[in-house]
Amino acid sequence: MNILIKNGRIIDPSQDIDKTGEILIKDGKIKELVFDRKRGSADAQKKFPDLRTIDASGCIVIPGLVDLHAHLREPGFEYKETIATGTKSAVRGGFTSICCMPNTNPVNDTITVTEFIIDKALKEGSCAVYPIGAITKGQKSEELAELEALKRTGCVAFSDDGRPVSNSLIMRRALEYSKVFDVPIISHCEDLSLSEGGVINEGFVSTILGLKGIPRAAEEIMVARDIALCELTGGRLHIAHVSTEGSVKFIREAKSRGINVTAETCPHYFSLTDEALISYDTNMKVNPPLRTEKDVEAIKEGLKDGSIDAIATDHAPHHVDDKNREFDSAAFGIAGLETALSLGLQLVGQGVLDLKGLVTKMSLTPARIMGVPKGTLAADADADITIINLDNTYIVDSSRFLSKGKNSPFNGWSLKGTVEKTIFMGKIYDWM
Amino acid sequence: MSKKLLDSNDINRAIRRMAHEIIEKNKGIDGLCLVGIQKGGVLLAKRLASEIEAIENATIDVGALDITFYRDDLNTKEEQPVVKRTDIPCTINNKTVVLVDDVLFTGRSIRAAMDALIDFGRPAFIQLAVLIDRGHRELPIRADYAGKNIPTSFNDRIEVFLDEEGKKDKVVLIAGQN
Amino acid sequence: MIKSKDLLGIKELTTEEIYHIVDTASGFKDVLKRDIKKVPPLRGKTVVNLFFEPSTRTRISFELAAKRLSADVINFSIPTSSVVKGETLKDTALTIKALGADFVVIRHSSAGVPHFLSRILDISIINAGDGANEHPTQALLDLFTVLSYKRKIKGLTIAIIGDITHSRVARSDIYAFTKLGAKVRLICPPTLLPAEVRNLGIEVFDNAEEGLKKADVIMTLRLQLERQSKGFFPSLEEYFYLYGLTVERLRLAKSDAIVMHPGPMNRGVEIESEVADGPQSVILDQVTNGLAVRMAVLYLLAGVKK
Repeated sequence: MNILIKNGRIIDPSQDIDKTGEILIKDGKIKELVFDRKRGSADAQKKFPDLRTIDASGCIVIPGLVDLHAHLREPGFEYKETIATGTKSAVRGGFTSICCMPNTNPVNDTITVTEFIIDKALKEGSCAVYPIGAITKGQKSEELAELEALKRTGCVAFSDDGRPVSNSLIMRRALEYSKVFDVPIISHCEDLSLSEGGVINEGFVSTILGLKGIPRAAEEIMVARDIALCELTGGRLHIAHVSTEGSVKFIREAKSRGINVTAETCPHYFSLTDEALISYDTNMKVNPPLRTEKDVEAIKEGLKDGSIDAIATDHAPHHVDDKNREFDSAAFGIAGLETALSLGLQLVGQGVLDLKGLVTKMSLTPARIMGVPKGTLAADADADITIINLDNTYIVDSSRFLSKGKNSPFNGWSLKGTVEKTIFMGKIYDWM
Repeated sequence: MSKKLLDSNDINRAIRRMAHEIIEKNKGIDGLCLVGIQKGGVLLAKRLASEIEAIENATIDVGALDITFYRDDLNTKEEQPVVKRTDIPCTINNKTVVLVDDVLFTGRSIRAAMDALIDFGRPAFIQLAVLIDRGHRELPIRADYAGKNIPTSFNDRIEVFLDEEGKKDKVVLIAGQN
Repeated sequence: MIKSKDLLGIKELTTEEIYHIVDTASGFKDVLKRDIKKVPPLRGKTVVNLFFEPSTRTRISFELAAKRLSADVINFSIPTSSVVKGETLKDTALTIKALGADFVVIRHSSAGVPHFLSRILDISIINAGDGANEHPTQALLDLFTVLSYKRKIKGLTIAIIGDITHSRVARSDIYAFTKLGAKVRLICPPTLLPAEVRNLGIEVFDNAEEGLKKADVIMTLRLQLERQSKGFFPSLEEYFYLYGLTVERLRLAKSDAIVMHPGPMNRGVEIESEVADGPQSVILDQVTNGLAVRMAVLYLLAGVKK
């Protein structure tokens, strides 16, 4: 099928484009971008009589979003999410590519699991799924997984996310060894001896709630360690879910010294503080925990000055029974795919990023970090496109999420910016 | 709309008459004590006691009884209960206890007061003195001594004001909506 | 007047509500002095003591309070370990509701559990201690006890000494006494001080002698002995040497200072026997007052319109 998207404001950071024009899609690929009104659509109509035209008046048209950090829960936790429902949730949120973390059951530390995920995604998925392999077998921080085999089978990065690589020597080896195939090692930064038993940020709020706190230092120590190891080894380090002011400072300083480190944060770390936990709402329980106003400001500053390269969702869907229980034993995590974009757009409203900057951090840069050919509207690229109405306001209703996970701290929030259509490889998901 | 039913003189006359009746009925004040029901009955009990003491030229025990914990309307009342002091100064075993209240209405407060009193001992007799009996009983309870019988409709309110609480002695009827 | 159907914590109470509970408690304290110590207001009501943590004192106190109010009492003691394997808290709660309970008195090792129950049940929830969050009836009985000796709270210096971090009693006491205008001091090693606790408007001392100086009230907290193995302090002897309430240390407080302890005490760890049994100790009064306060709480919550 051939598609023409017209009248939309096209924003493509990969080509430094931000103007109204038309996109012509042929056989699931981007054929061309046309900004000449006279030539334009008439020309296309002539060439392709079966053309489907999408009027994107009043909308922005951007490369499909790329999430470099999501949990699809399959295999093993299908009651929380499946590849089918997770990818549906992704396209609903404007994402056309997602990278899925290996903390499934079994852990994605063998090619069998990688193949299963890729196969399942091709059959049942609504968007591209790029598996992330485990760094260590069973995510136990003891022995390296077979990184080459995993890479060859389709893993685009390695991480023990959900857990840190506590053993510094293993982390060193991972950073060294992965240089062979130039993929990032994604670090979940958490010193378990400091965070043990903790359920929220350590600070005034943890004190008045009587909940055990996780100090910022639990994250920052590991950020500092991994930066040191990255410098030592010359490997490629990517820091997952940055949540503290101190982490931003370490990363900024490392970058200024030319160390090969990239970093992501997540919408909740720039949208919420630990004050949100006052009612013991387990939907606010996430690891790393929601921090304070000072940290939120530092995260925004980091996004602005480039210390933080990307915005990932850390989509962590859970069954209602995992959340609707004692705070201490409730699961950590936020189902974030369907609210990430609107929360990102708040940064634009606040002047932290411009639209092009936001698209860069949610599409182009994640694709580049993961080394996948996405995040661009260049000719011959896959036709992964998201059309967004920036002016529409809506109330978040997590019960209507396409994800199985309804665990959103943003339920009831009034947000701006709706995904009108998501196009993946030429297939149109129409949400209006 | 409010209407004055009794003034200071009326109240004092009624109390004096009740004092005489109590003495007459009990043939003196031996083994007699007065217990006022919080909070309207406590001041009346004191007045009644001083009348009796003046007539008999002897002292009589006077107590105060809070019936809050014995009420049957904890869950249905609009305001929450405020507990007042209970002070039973003597043993009530085998005594004649005259319960004193300002207004006798449904009888439920008196029922609660009798329950409360019985938790302090076993009186030989319990009698009841009220300043106003306004009818509408919901329980088989009657006053042994009544200052004045006043027919009312159920939704009316009777308010008793006394000098001791800083207000001028009077009893007023506030007509209710039917 | 009490607005909420639940007593979740002192945090949630206004000064007026606190005084109302304490005033009502003094009415019940009179009842407890009578020959017949039972009154009828909760006749036909059912109180469920739902205890996920072992506790004898608090449970017995609530049980007796409920019985003195003529309520029926069911004790439901579930060790937390079996809950992990067994039914969820939500199911337990719904079961209790189906039994027709009117009150749930809940003790749980996890902070926020009473709040969780209050969202899923429309009956009254009374927090009898949740994790390191609050133990509101303990603070109310502490207030009641201090009031009975000092007649007022405003302007008093209250020194709380011990493991503040893990103490729900300390938190509830801090809220209660600061709300009513007392000056609260915390005395503890920095390892047992909660993060940013100074924001609560209290003073912090790591030196016991300085912290006790001229105090009107000294509250010693129970030290969980297993804290030692977690590295909060090197040994019980060292802890007692630095923070144990001894006769000599007590002399630094005002001469009419009272000594309190929520119990059960570790004699020779946080408090010397000579102090615990001494003339300034009001520890047993606390137990009696606890009964009156819990009667007041049950009674007043029964009168809240649901």
